[in-house]
Amino acid sequence: MYVAVKGGERAIENAHAWLAEERRGDPSVPELSLAQIREQMALAVNRVMAEGSLYDPDLAALAIKQARGDLIEAIFLIRAYRTTLPRLGASVPVETANMRCDRRISATFKDAPGGQVLGPTFDYTHRLLDFKLAAEGEVPAAAKAAAPQSGPVPHITDFLNRDGLIQAEERHDATPPDLTREPLEFPANRALRLQSLTRGDEGFVLGMAYSTQRGYARNHAFVGELRIGRVPVEMEIPELGFSIEIGEVELTECETVNQFAGSKTEPAQFTRGYGLVFGQTERKAISMALVDRALRWRELGEDNLGAPAQDEEFVLSHADNIQATGFLEHIKLPHYVDFQSELELVRRLRAEAEAAAQEAAE
Amino acid sequence: MTDYNFAYLDEQTKRMIRRAILKALAVPGHQVPFASREMPMPYGWGTGGVQVSAACLVPEDRLKVIDQGADDTTNAVSIRRFFEKTAGVATTGRTSEATLIQTRHRIPEEPLTRDQILVYQVPIPEPLRFLEPRETETRKMHALEEYGLVHVKLYEDIARHGQIATSYAYPVKVEGRYVMDPSPIPKFDNPKLESEAIQLFGAGREQRIHALPPHCQVVSLDFEDHPFEASKADHDCDLCGSGTSYLDEVIVDDAGGRMFVCSDTDYCETRRGAGHLGRLAATRQEDAA
Repeated sequence: MYVAVKGGERAIENAHAWLAEERRGDPSVPELSLAQIREQMALAVNRVMAEGSLYDPDLAALAIKQARGDLIEAIFLIRAYRTTLPRLGASVPVETANMRCDRRISATFKDAPGGQVLGPTFDYTHRLLDFKLAAEGEVPAAAKAAAPQSGPVPHITDFLNRDGLIQAEERHDATPPDLTREPLEFPANRALRLQSLTRGDEGFVLGMAYSTQRGYARNHAFVGELRIGRVPVEMEIPELGFSIEIGEVELTECETVNQFAGSKTEPAQFTRGYGLVFGQTERKAISMALVDRALRWRELGEDNLGAPAQDEEFVLSHADNIQATGFLEHIKLPHYVDFQSELELVRRLRAEAEAAAQEAAE
Repeated sequence: MTDYNFAYLDEQTKRMIRRAILKALAVPGHQVPFASREMPMPYGWGTGGVQVSAACLVPEDRLKVIDQGADDTTNAVSIRRFFEKTAGVATTGRTSEATLIQTRHRIPEEPLTRDQILVYQVPIPEPLRFLEPRETETRKMHALEEYGLVHVKLYEDIARHGQIATSYAYPVKVEGRYVMDPSPIPKFDNPKLESEAIQLFGAGREQRIHALPPHCQVVSLDFEDHPFEASKADHDCDLCGSGTSYLDEVIVDDAGGRMFVCSDTDYCETRRGAGHLGRLAATRQEDAA
């Protein structure tokens, strides 16, 4: 006779052992090192750092290895680790104008001070499988710039701002709320929205951004500037009384120039969307900027068109892939108690309906 | 494990959760937002319950974890092991011996006492969520005590099916004020919500805690002409013969054969230990031998 499955404990242990074996794969194939993942799977590492909200390429590489390449699982590992870390303090806001840019492009101006730098991009590659890579050969060294970047690279939107052509952002020094330390409550301010978007699922944010391009709250975005590079991170040390550099992080920043606001009384001006993401993650940064812009409808005096990307509660409540995947996958857990109550209800409803039908026939 | 604090969470986080719990106990049935942490198990697998348990546990506690009423379902095993590892507390399968019980989808059959805490894992804490998806709206509805929509839903059930077609996560009104979702327990368990024990509800992903203090009034919503009814399968337990416990239906062969067994494994085992035997108790013992 079969009675509800027992022995959960042993089953779990055996499953874990099998998982470890599967993760390693064929032992005759050399094992991946963390350095290999960090160096050769850098964009996966970047995504895990961005959505895991923890800038540590080595830990991200470890998470990817442990997660067998499942990036959402890797992000989850990083998030669960991150929550246990003590908060020693907050850095001084990074200054992206001081970025050492590997890439910096503008779609709105043919050229601008600082120049256009294409950088290491897939953009103009032909997506043909390169069978030479299968042979594991070395690649020839890329050409080096004759003169390295000197000094800060000004933001393109600053040029527009100088002429009043783009809406000015108000400067304020209020400490932004921390999504990971306060429960998300609505309405959220822009700092909180941006925080949610930068760690949101790349696919979700991309889909939301794409929907705005296809007419669900279209805000016609130009990439005013996209820059990728390293910025120094500084921290105020109370004992010293000044800030010192504690390291640097790679960031992707996207500023979009969007269609204008304006009325009879206020002259037309371009508006902005903003994206800032850890690592080289430009698809995400551009998507973030578009969604940020769509979510600003109220502040910019636009109509609510009922589009999903305008709906802060919808976007922010569903952008987190760790929340989403957890809740989605939890339906694998046993639900037989609830199912039993539904089963009885359906049986009872059917019995009553049949009895009523019989009565009617007689 | 020495790398983590007692019961995994750091003391600051526990303090934050305890403050939310105290507020929830002071305003029974009201959902208190709290800064839920990412836990080392997925959202939807009991992170809210685990955080509430972690905030309540002390080294002297004896913990019981059940899922679907059973101590040996995989996720119950996993959560129990988590606390064995991170808190080193004693664990038990016996309802009466436990000081803190974490549960998913059931309330134990045995009445709880004033010395016990029952912690529920909650997927969606908002009883109005499937009537109104927006949090901003539902919070307003609670504030204004605007619960007409729930009654309309129950009425529509009756109009369509001849009876209320909600069989689990059945909404209740607490102390005549807040409408509360008791988590997806079968409505059979609703009468047990009025208890001597402290009951805490943790929703990790949704970042909410709500609570029922001991002896708090909990009324399942209904109509005068369609009173609430705590229903269960119309059978006795095939193992222990109990006619009053909630039953799981188990398919036993390809020919439509089935048996009914207590979903509360501890209750069933205790009864069998005391000599109560159900219809199929003998055959099962042969199998075990």
